[in-house]
Amino acid sequence: MATVTTSDGLAEAASTPGMPQLNFDHWGNQIFWLILALIATYLILSRVALPRIGAVLAERQGTITNDIAAAEDLKVKAKEAEAAYDKALIDARAEAQQIVAQAKANMQADLDAEMAKADAEIAAQVAESEKAIAEIRAGAMENVQAVAKDTAEALVAALGGTADATTVDAAVDARMKG
Amino acid sequence: MATTTEGAETGGLEFHPMDQFIVSPLFGESGSVAWYTITNATFWMALAVLATFALLVLGSARRSVVPGRMQSVAELAYGFIHKMVEDICGKEGLKFFPYIMTLFMFIVMANFLGLIPTAFTPTSHFSVTVVLALAVFITVTVVGFVKNGAAFLSLFWVSSAPLALRPVLAIIELISYFVRPVSHSIRLAGNVMAGHAVIKVFAGFAAIAVISPVSVVAITAMYGLEVLVAFIQAYVFTILTCVYLKDALHPAH
Repeated sequence: MATVTTSDGLAEAASTPGMPQLNFDHWGNQIFWLILALIATYLILSRVALPRIGAVLAERQGTITNDIAAAEDLKVKAKEAEAAYDKALIDARAEAQQIVAQAKANMQADLDAEMAKADAEIAAQVAESEKAIAEIRAGAMENVQAVAKDTAEALVAALGGTADATTVDAAVDARMKG
Repeated sequence: MATTTEGAETGGLEFHPMDQFIVSPLFGESGSVAWYTITNATFWMALAVLATFALLVLGSARRSVVPGRMQSVAELAYGFIHKMVEDICGKEGLKFFPYIMTLFMFIVMANFLGLIPTAFTPTSHFSVTVVLALAVFITVTVVGFVKNGAAFLSLFWVSSAPLALRPVLAIIELISYFVRPVSHSIRLAGNVMAGHAVIKVFAGFAAIAVISPVSVVAITAMYGLEVLVAFIQAYVFTILTCVYLKDALHPAH
């Protein structure tokens, strides 16, 4: 030892031939300071160091676990978003198809209505025309009757008879009916 | 160094390998050492406590989630002993973790500080290691009886052996149980002391010019070995403490 001076070293050597470890005069001193040192170490460790390091390790473990959980969460969310997007796409497609179908149906309905209306108009016009034709035909018949009567009267007069208008009319009517 | 004390007598070659273990007062001239005297032993034990404080308290002061250099070492030491206690003693052994950590940190710090040239090594003294070992022995015995009551005595009654052999085995087990603190303490102090003494012997040979290169190489090699021993002996002391504690917690063979 550097601290052992000559006198000291000689004194120690004289009192302990061989091992200084077996000089029991020094045991009390070492044991006293050892117990003090151990108590100090124990207090430092149990009060400050170990709880702190344990907390840091636990916190790190917690952070890692949380991060993994968060990543897992985000993954699930991304999947959900993807599913939602897909669903929206399918919905939009379906809606578009529905709109197309509805538009088609509406157009068909309009078309049908227009057609029906047109048909009805045509039918009305046909009926009207038929009525007009019938009127014209009736008118024609009447004209024919008048002409026939006039002709018959003229014929009777020409043949030298006196044409009685009522008799001729009756005769012509009978003839026309037959 | 102390090897200069009685120089001329044996013609230059002086061996005082044990002088490094002498306990002497740090202050004052008198050679008498009372129990309260501040000695070199006090100084180096205090340094061991301070080194433990510096590593584990100052090192972890920042509480970083991503540790720095010092904090990594502190966490390594914590994890090393924590895992050892948990693996050997089980979950209920963790109650004794601060106690075992105290033993480990004190021994490992004292051993490494003792490797500084001209240092005093507290763990090379039987007075120190005997107290450490007795503390473990008493703790283990008390815990064993408190936890298990008389069932703790089943540690000595090997129920897996044939009945005729059991009394013999009980005597052997009993002797081995009481030899534990002896071997526990002498192993540590003996290893540390032997290494330091051998280095000093080699240093004595360095006085001869022809041998001195060999001596320096030998000291270097021994020093490397001592660095290993400093850790391994602390490790062995701690792991044996755990093993003894396991016997107290689970006495069945």
